[in-house]
Amino acid sequence: MEKKGHFIEGIRDGVPIALGYLSVSFSVGIMALASGINVLQGALMSLTNMTSAGQFAGIAVIASGGTLLELVLTQFIINLRYALMSLSLSQKLPEKMPLWQRMVVAFANTDEIFAVAMGHARSLTFSYMVGLQILPILGWTCGTVLGAIAGQVLPSAIGSALSVALYGMFIAVVVPVAVKIRPVLWVASLAAFFACIIYYVPLLSGISTGMSIIICTILASVFGALLFPVPQETKEKEV
Amino acid sequence: MIYLYIMVMAIVTYLIRMIPLTVFHKKITSPFIRSFLYYVPYACLTAMTVPAVFYATNSLWSATAGVTVAVVLACFRRNLVTVAAGACLAVFVVEQFLLPYLTI
Repeated sequence: MEKKGHFIEGIRDGVPIALGYLSVSFSVGIMALASGINVLQGALMSLTNMTSAGQFAGIAVIASGGTLLELVLTQFIINLRYALMSLSLSQKLPEKMPLWQRMVVAFANTDEIFAVAMGHARSLTFSYMVGLQILPILGWTCGTVLGAIAGQVLPSAIGSALSVALYGMFIAVVVPVAVKIRPVLWVASLAAFFACIIYYVPLLSGISTGMSIIICTILASVFGALLFPVPQETKEKEV
Repeated sequence: MIYLYIMVMAIVTYLIRMIPLTVFHKKITSPFIRSFLYYVPYACLTAMTVPAVFYATNSLWSATAGVTVAVVLACFRRNLVTVAAGACLAVFVVEQFLLPYLTI
């Protein structure tokens, strides 16, 4: 009975995440279709990846005909933040949680699910975590399918407007923190600066999108880590 | 071929999430690595947005409007969906109602 209660509690907490995912993954679907990825492939990608930034970059690599190595590197760097989240999540799971349950919980440890899980008042149970993840996974996958289908029939004006949705979400993550924490503003500005150099300097135009994201992320983050080390007691911002 | 790419993406992403949750139980102590990981999301999201967002729509003007609205809404700490929707709306409005009058 107790397990069932935790599960339903998780489902309930997952509703707002799922609704958000439904709308944002719409633009993932549109973007996938525009990059030559069909509806089924888009759905499969969303179902198995559960990451906006990673899929976005992955689609860019696929669209530009990038190599598998480039794909692996891009995914590794962009999704590296999940390692940090999984690490802090592991501290909040019951110590005796079996390996297989940990392996299930890891699957959809996204930015938002992590944030909700860490904000959960009581210690996390397997039932709660599974409940929490189910609806967002469905929302993310269904939204991708709807976006990919709608992308085929939507007029160009709507498609054009929706294509900024994902960028809007990225801005919503970075800007509030950059405004408050100066070093983050420096790191983000530097990343933007490097990205522009690679994009606009003709000599560097051979560098692919995926590679550019990796280079900019590493350079700007190393710069930040060297110049503005994060104090030990500072809690990582959940992004 | 695309299926292979999707599989590889999924495996890499899953391993990144799964390994720290199952294998490592100790906290990362290196201040450099902790700081590096702290900055990664911001650097990476920004590098993906700039300058690509300005070429994502039908016009540079509408994209600029979308970014401006998104940044303003984000400054006021609106949630992710509101910011994203605001950006889309700004792009739509500029392209439908303003661009026809701008002869560039």
